[in-house]
Amino acid sequence: MLSSLRPAIVMIVLMTIITGIAYPLAMTGVAGVIFPHQAEGSLITRDGKTVGSELIGQNFTTDAYFHPRPSATTDTDPADATKTVPSPYNAASSGGSNLAPSAKALVDRVAADVAKLKAENPGATIPGDLVTTSGSGLDPDISPAAAQFQVPRIARARKLDPVTVAALVASRTEAPLFGLLGEPRVNVLQLNLALDQAGK
Amino acid sequence: MTISGWIQIALYCAIIIAITRPLGGFLTTLATGGRSFLSPVLGPVERGIYAACGVKPTDEQSWVGYAVAMLMFKVVGFVLAYAILRLQTVLPLNPAGQSAITPDLAYNTAVSFLTNTNWQSYGGESTMSNASQMVALTVQNFMSAAAGIAIAFAFVRGFSRRSAKTIGNFWVDLTRITLYGLIPICIIFTLVLVWQGVPQTLGGFVDATTLEGAKQTIAIGPVASQEAIKMLGTNGGGFFNANSAHPFENPTALVDFFQMISIFAIGAALTNMFGRMVGSEKQGWAVFAAMGILFLVGVSVLYWSEAHGNPLLTALGVDPSMGNMEGKEIRFGITQSALFSTITTAASCGAVNSMIESFLPLGGMVPMVNMMLGEIIFGGVGSGLYGFMMFAIVAVFVAGLMVGRTPEYLGKKIEAREIKMTMLAILCLPLVMLGFTAVAVVVTAGTTGISASGPHGFSEALYAYVSAAANNGSAFAGLSANTKFWNTSLGIGMMIGRFFVIIPALAIAGSMAAKKTVPPSAGTFPTDGPMFVGLALGVILIVGGLTFFPALALGPIVEHFALAAGTTY
Repeated sequence: MLSSLRPAIVMIVLMTIITGIAYPLAMTGVAGVIFPHQAEGSLITRDGKTVGSELIGQNFTTDAYFHPRPSATTDTDPADATKTVPSPYNAASSGGSNLAPSAKALVDRVAADVAKLKAENPGATIPGDLVTTSGSGLDPDISPAAAQFQVPRIARARKLDPVTVAALVASRTEAPLFGLLGEPRVNVLQLNLALDQAGK
Repeated sequence: MTISGWIQIALYCAIIIAITRPLGGFLTTLATGGRSFLSPVLGPVERGIYAACGVKPTDEQSWVGYAVAMLMFKVVGFVLAYAILRLQTVLPLNPAGQSAITPDLAYNTAVSFLTNTNWQSYGGESTMSNASQMVALTVQNFMSAAAGIAIAFAFVRGFSRRSAKTIGNFWVDLTRITLYGLIPICIIFTLVLVWQGVPQTLGGFVDATTLEGAKQTIAIGPVASQEAIKMLGTNGGGFFNANSAHPFENPTALVDFFQMISIFAIGAALTNMFGRMVGSEKQGWAVFAAMGILFLVGVSVLYWSEAHGNPLLTALGVDPSMGNMEGKEIRFGITQSALFSTITTAASCGAVNSMIESFLPLGGMVPMVNMMLGEIIFGGVGSGLYGFMMFAIVAVFVAGLMVGRTPEYLGKKIEAREIKMTMLAILCLPLVMLGFTAVAVVVTAGTTGISASGPHGFSEALYAYVSAAANNGSAFAGLSANTKFWNTSLGIGMMIGRFFVIIPALAIAGSMAAKKTVPPSAGTFPTDGPMFVGLALGVILIVGGLTFFPALALGPIVEHFALAAGTTY
């Protein structure tokens, strides 16, 4: 029994050095040289300021910007550290709603969102992704249908021709890789940056 | 369901079939002590490790010696991981200033990563320092995977040897698998991940100012290096709370596809290694076929279920054509979410790219069934193969009983001792899965952690213990598991699920290795054809069905009918 103790201790120490220290540090060094932009989180800067990451969704609430999907992320309640409060697109604490499909809380939340969307764009079909939260709470994308749904609101708020806005959405729509892997999508932050650019 | 969705699934299956044989050949080289193309570079490192450990690589161990070495390594690994987690506030590499980890959480996490479960009672980016992620968790990702594969090597040696006293050397297997197998693949995989957008940095969290002027703090760290082994070693413990749903762990559909391939790669290849070691690759393909059929059934049911919208939301006027998108990411859609969830629970990975708790009831039942069957559909690296072999032994035993002949598998007589060990391994899983759930849903300490009401609340508790005992690690994540009750009971469940399977498996290997090989005769039941595949599937489904159907009826099945009737909880 004890004859196994020495190999066990030496092995875990050596393997910790190899796989826990040398491997991640070497990969950090190599990645930082070959892919510095991605290694640091694919950050976007505008006018010298970091405005976010290409890969991480952020919250938009004003009428003049395209809105992302609802997000279920939370933050610690400033008044009581044992509780949490809703904090959409909190990129320091990812997570989904984890609501059951049969949960009353889910149905109530979606009903409230549906009512708002119906008031915004009466008569249009409501895309499923606009009323559902993502798994990470940080989904950077919306479906092309969800972007088109918001075009009339953006056009009104920015006093732009809806056709121009719709064309912008179409130009920012990414197709599945090789036409096969994944789903068509629009990156909300990139779309909104393009929208600001178009307004100038 | 779409044509392109089915094409993605078909493409995935084709790639797995294509890599099984070459990777199986490579694993056979590792198991038999042959030279690999990296031997000139890593050979001195390998010999240096043996010298430092005081191990003579030619000295082989009996099954008891092998088991003791493995257990001793686990004990030492537990102490180290627990110490690092508890001490993270005083150790370096804590740029985000994470606070101390409680004893019950550190115990649960150390056991979880040691047993290749990677159940996470915590949210990674809000709990773990970079030192904990790298030195405690990444190391165990490598070691628990390597140990799992080592056990599979030892198990197969039991069948391939005759009249032998030993089944290999644990230290040699562990070293060779890590050095020649896991590390080289992970280095390449890490670079692919970073290229596609997975961060790899030791910098602190990034503060951004959004277009609307709000502050957004973005958690970041050495993600890619951990992500690579997390998938390849069927570990599944994410850097972030949202796991592979997080855009930094899994930024594109292409990465998602690679992640899915890496989960099954080694598990599938081990079936071929098994075939080569016992002298007939057809034996390996028969095992592969049985696993593959169960996988196809699972993915079809899950894909079909999730492609329907939630009927309660459709009634509110939401377009159901995108499917059930609650808890799913746009870039993956229904197809890759369904495929990933089937794969991750068929193997003992437990990484998730969508939140399984929010799946429709029958969709959420597929992952549960995959785990209840013991994760033998390719399964965890190593554990999938020896787990399946237990059922194969029962299948040939049943076949033997039907014709009144002493059963044999690959020329080895299956006798009372092997059947007792097999049954011990097969029965310990439902004991944890059902027994612990029964307790958790009646005591207050258990029910306070459950977030959902009605049948879904029962499913939440059931899923947790099923996941722990099967060493999966995925969750119905609404469960608040970071309490003394859940951390402790899940930790016990994980240990029973790991070691009460591994030790019987090694015992079987030991007694098989000692037996002579009987030459096949006209009365031998062929174990490389469709008859065997069908019989093994029958045994798996009957054992699983009889054991778990009542529990499933109380959870997902009730919820399915309630949902159809428009009931909410």
